[in-house]
Amino acid sequence: MAAEGAFGIRLERRPAPSRAMLLATPPLAVLLTVLAGAILFAAMGFDPLETLRAYFVSPLTSLYGWGELAVKATPLAIIAIGLALGFRGNVWNIGAEGQLTLGAICAGGLALAVYGHEGPWLLPLMMLAGAAGGLAYAAIPAYLRVRFNANEILTSLMLTYVAGLLLSYLVTGPWKDPEGFGFPQSRLFNPEALLPIVLDGTRMHLGAPLALCVVLAGWLVVARTLIGFQIKVVGLTPIAAGYAGFSQARIIWFTLLLSGGLAGLAGAIEVSGPIGQLQPAISPGYGFTAIIVAFLGRLHPVGVLLAALLMALSYLGGEQAQIELGLPLAVTGVFQGMLLFFLLASDFLTHYRVRRTASTPAAAG
Amino acid sequence: MEILSLVLMSVVAAATPLLFAAIGELVTEKSGVLNLGVEGMMLVGAVVGFAVTASGGGAVLGVSAAAAAGSAMAALFALLTLNLLANQVATGLALTLFGIGLSALVGRGFIGVPLDGLPHLAIPGLSDLPLIGPLIFGQDALVYLSFVAVAAVAWFLTRTRAGLILKAVGENPAAAHRLGHSVLRVRWLAVLFGGAMAGIGGAYLSLAYTPLWAENMTAGRGWIALALVVFATWRPGRVLLGAYLFGGVTIAQLHAQSAGVALPSQFMSMLPYLATILVLVLISRDAARIRLNAPASIGKVFHPGG
Amino acid sequence: MRITRRRFTQGALAAAAAPAVLSFGGPARAADPLKVGFVYVGPIGDHGWSYQHNEGRLAVEAEFGDRVETSFVEKVSEGADAERVVNQLAASGHKLIFTTSFGFMNPTLKVAQRHSDVMFEHATGYKRADNLATYAARFYEGRTISGTLAGHVSETGVVGYIASFPIPEVVRGIGAFTLAARRINPDLEVRVVWVNSWYDPGKEADAAKALVDQGADVLLQHTDSPAPMQVAEERGIKAVGQASDMTRFGPSAHMTAVVNDWAPYYVERVGQVLDGSWTSTDTWGGLASGMVKMAPFNSNLPAEAIADAEQAVADIKSGARHPFDGPVRDQSGTVRIAEGERASDELLLGMDWYVEGVQGKLPG
Repeated sequence: MAAEGAFGIRLERRPAPSRAMLLATPPLAVLLTVLAGAILFAAMGFDPLETLRAYFVSPLTSLYGWGELAVKATPLAIIAIGLALGFRGNVWNIGAEGQLTLGAICAGGLALAVYGHEGPWLLPLMMLAGAAGGLAYAAIPAYLRVRFNANEILTSLMLTYVAGLLLSYLVTGPWKDPEGFGFPQSRLFNPEALLPIVLDGTRMHLGAPLALCVVLAGWLVVARTLIGFQIKVVGLTPIAAGYAGFSQARIIWFTLLLSGGLAGLAGAIEVSGPIGQLQPAISPGYGFTAIIVAFLGRLHPVGVLLAALLMALSYLGGEQAQIELGLPLAVTGVFQGMLLFFLLASDFLTHYRVRRTASTPAAAG
Repeated sequence: MEILSLVLMSVVAAATPLLFAAIGELVTEKSGVLNLGVEGMMLVGAVVGFAVTASGGGAVLGVSAAAAAGSAMAALFALLTLNLLANQVATGLALTLFGIGLSALVGRGFIGVPLDGLPHLAIPGLSDLPLIGPLIFGQDALVYLSFVAVAAVAWFLTRTRAGLILKAVGENPAAAHRLGHSVLRVRWLAVLFGGAMAGIGGAYLSLAYTPLWAENMTAGRGWIALALVVFATWRPGRVLLGAYLFGGVTIAQLHAQSAGVALPSQFMSMLPYLATILVLVLISRDAARIRLNAPASIGKVFHPGG
Repeated sequence: MRITRRRFTQGALAAAAAPAVLSFGGPARAADPLKVGFVYVGPIGDHGWSYQHNEGRLAVEAEFGDRVETSFVEKVSEGADAERVVNQLAASGHKLIFTTSFGFMNPTLKVAQRHSDVMFEHATGYKRADNLATYAARFYEGRTISGTLAGHVSETGVVGYIASFPIPEVVRGIGAFTLAARRINPDLEVRVVWVNSWYDPGKEADAAKALVDQGADVLLQHTDSPAPMQVAEERGIKAVGQASDMTRFGPSAHMTAVVNDWAPYYVERVGQVLDGSWTSTDTWGGLASGMVKMAPFNSNLPAEAIADAEQAVADIKSGARHPFDGPVRDQSGTVRIAEGERASDELLLGMDWYVEGVQGKLPG
């Protein structure tokens, strides 16, 4: 319908998504972004080639840089895997940021509670506590949706603000570092509460391999389990799902708890990994960015992993371009926006093909 | 009693930007399109409105430019989601990211520039009435416009043929298409309207609420506006209720703090969010009513060819 | 228009714009320029905290010309991102790095331990190392001046204080202000509203209105936007600006402003690195050192108020007066600082109680 007649072409839905296009469109989109970005940078008075190099190459010229890529992509991938499952089933959890915060609070609270009495049992318990915290926090929108029909978009978003304020209360109040001169942060965790580094000379911690496990598990759920299949069916055709006897409530509970739990796990990983304490700013918006990551990855676990890496690189590149060239961060926002627009727009080539309108007009329906 | 009037004036100011953005998004969503880029569109509206006004264009031109800028952002969204059939949720979020960057870029020359706020209505006699005088007859033009917008949208959706077509498109685009309505055109117009309203909401912030430009000055109000549409179960009257409820609780908690209520300020700041959830739960219990109002096709790609 | 971009195509445009930034496009000089990095928590367009630090950076460029080369990264989250940004600056040849927010303390320390050949400066923190210095400003001295003016000017005896987060820095400011104001008007009371944000013009304006509606006729703010100043102007009352001179936003309301001026310190420290005399120090600068400045007192203020305020500035600079000269009582009336004593820096650094005269309870 896009261009019916007007340009002498029309769109036709492919019977099945084109595999070739699925693989070809992301590089095409990146290429288009590079071209448009070059124009943008030139217009701003920056050398386009040098700027692009700062974005895409400089961050990865050292081992440390690769480690940073993993550190940044880890929470994005973990959260997006859970969200993608929910989105497949039309469950709109946009409060992952809040669930991440609760996960950080629970994991960090545990580390503080046993401060001075740590043991090797602590880290696994912290991960569990984080997941449980995120899961419990996501249970609120799930319950309100199932029991009172309250839309989860609103409830999960509002609870995100509440979670941030709760964390702020804890670190300025009861959990404040007693030796910290009243500053709003907790004690630094003892080493037993910190995720070990898995790549020497970098900050890449155990959370990165854990994220890979989550991706794998996500793929198994989608491809091999009944609930994964049910989610897909409900998302595509709710009515058919009803006939088949799938419970909508069950899917809401499952996807919200799962995505909340994973977001909470990401929060636990952040506080026990690169941060190492509780403080007011745990996440620079990972819970929201992960929504983009989920869709960029076409809601597929492998796609999510790649999208998380690309997104992480674009943040690293933005910092690098500012350090090396003084490129204002505002330009990075515009550049990221363009990258996402091209990636999202190019998806249509996967599902549709462009035909000349020779004979028949587009069939309705 | 005077204090009540003053408090209500603050509530009006806090609610107006939310009201503009939410009523625009309501129309967009009624056509079956979910645009999560409200925050980005508001920011671009805020900076363009400010830039035009501060450069000597005057407030009328400034607000118009803000509406146009919001629409331009919305047009980008419409091109991607309606013509190129990109995912609406992701595109909306990308639009916000883009808008934050773009507004910061445009606004670099306007940081720290002062501006006179919009003039308030002054009707001799009426505006000086105690209590209700300033409240009813002493607001700025945009506040009145926000009420007109709500009434106009309510009238449009229920009383006009075009409004019925819009709702039909949102409910069942395939059927609307078969009846000969251009789904694409209806949705384009609805998205553009949403962008214009978000732009005006942003301009209210930078021209009337706090007449200045600063990066990210919407501070999440676009998200609240989105939530209010859901809260309102897609009814214009309830958007009004929601915006004033949220604004009212925000102002009330500040007053409570100022009066010395001994509760941690973080808990006080949570109140507007918790109150909105609570009221939504109360409203939503009647499931049948919500289903009648929520546009059935919201967020889904529509393509008549298949 | 502010110039935030350092890289110009060489030529007439750059020459006309600012000689100090000219050097960066040029070929390497005989002696390589000293690379100085800055990490900001907000956007430089916040017109508050980060903006003022960036002004300091520009002053360094203006002072040293092609002997230095500066870079900055803005909007750096205080979470996991901070350590990477600081590390990237250290790894890319920056020899002096300023990290300008409290939340960067531990990340800066970690990177400093790895890069012993790089000098670090962390603002407002308390952890130091051989190559990690700290610096902060005694903004509370500015609050004493603000309080002196408010004590003279307030007719209702109620002052509104818009606060960001309940941390010692802010609590200290409220204390210094209240003590000074009550020295002039012993019945004056201070009402505090916490907005839980450093920067949200709308919310700051709402808080300002709420305070004015409850009788405040002077507004103080420990948040960054000029919104409260605009409210004060609109309502015809007085206010004190924050971070920079905000006269433009309230020509009649603006009594003065507590201005953060990092330029002298940054210029001094960069100079020390250039001549090899830099050592790790703990600097807490105030009115005397010029790190805190008062914007010009508004000429519409009573002569007596201005005279008192000027006297207070002179006394604090000379050391004759301290903002927390005893006796200082807390809200319960308990004497916290005895008669004839002064608050130690340690007490001030961790201050978590309200002085007498502040209404409400300190959160947390």
